[in-house]
Amino acid sequence: MSQILAPGTQAPDFTLGVTPDQPVSLRDFRGKPVILAFYPADWSPVCGDQMALYNEILPEFHRRGAELLGISVDGVWCHEAFAAHRHLHFPLLADFEPKGAVAKSYGAYRNGEGVCERALFVIDRNGAIFWSYCSPIAVNPGADGILDALERMTAKSPA
Amino acid sequence: MSVLRPPMQPNDHVRGPPDAPITLVEYGDFECPYCAAAHSQVRLVEQRFATQLRFAFRHFPLTQVHPLAEPAAEAAEVAGAHGHFWEMHDGLYENRKDFGASLFLALAEQLGIAESELSAALAARKYAPKIQSDFLSGVRSGVNGTPTFFINGVRHDQGYQFEELAGAIEASL
Repeated sequence: MSQILAPGTQAPDFTLGVTPDQPVSLRDFRGKPVILAFYPADWSPVCGDQMALYNEILPEFHRRGAELLGISVDGVWCHEAFAAHRHLHFPLLADFEPKGAVAKSYGAYRNGEGVCERALFVIDRNGAIFWSYCSPIAVNPGADGILDALERMTAKSPA
Repeated sequence: MSVLRPPMQPNDHVRGPPDAPITLVEYGDFECPYCAAAHSQVRLVEQRFATQLRFAFRHFPLTQVHPLAEPAAEAAEVAGAHGHFWEMHDGLYENRKDFGASLFLALAEQLGIAESELSAALAARKYAPKIQSDFLSGVRSGVNGTPTFFINGVRHDQGYQFEELAGAIEASL
């Protein structure tokens, strides 16, 4: 498993495509907590799918003021079809060209397979990593760790 | 490690002896095909461990992909109010090919529940607070898809085939 960036590290900025004509940068979210969810691929089986699960839980992330960004090496067209099919209500970012460059900058790229790790980062309002976790690739990590981190972060420095 | 939060509650749906050494909790969605497949495996596990096991079910409807998951959960709660939660639970999973509003009505009728009562509860989403509370407890417990199982409060990260569930249960006895 890769060595992912640890809490306390400044989160590397990036600009990635969300749709065929819309890029998103991490710095656009400064002032809000951000959840970065790297995942291996679109189109894994429906009910156990991590992104479909986070889509259901999205109101809980929003209630805590956080924005969720999914990232994989799939291209924008693939993301668009996947998001439409699963009714996803949050952006999927395409770490497509150069392939996996953002994942590599977070230590969340699997060289052998050429996909992202199943790695989670909670980034604070100032752009520093508050919590990070790399799950075994076959295990969907759920959302308990993310929610715990968001609550600890708020307790430490209330908005 | 992801653990069941909160632990077993008085309003949980449970079958099996209250003092059983093993508590198996499932977070499930009645419209989920994997949950339906897991149901037959859970029945085998219940037979195998008999009085050593109690089984509990909490709702985890994936409403964005399964439009009838929430109404099915409501129907199970309506049956539960009549003391028939498990009959509805089993009926929903064991009649997968007929899954839909007419199945909810047919099962309710078999259980002696008036169509008007079921329809009114579905329209009012009468049991939404209980279903939502189950869902949120699943989120906090690290539910990572449906079905997700907990064995004595610890998330089971293997599959739901009988051998995998039974093996993990043996290991915690």
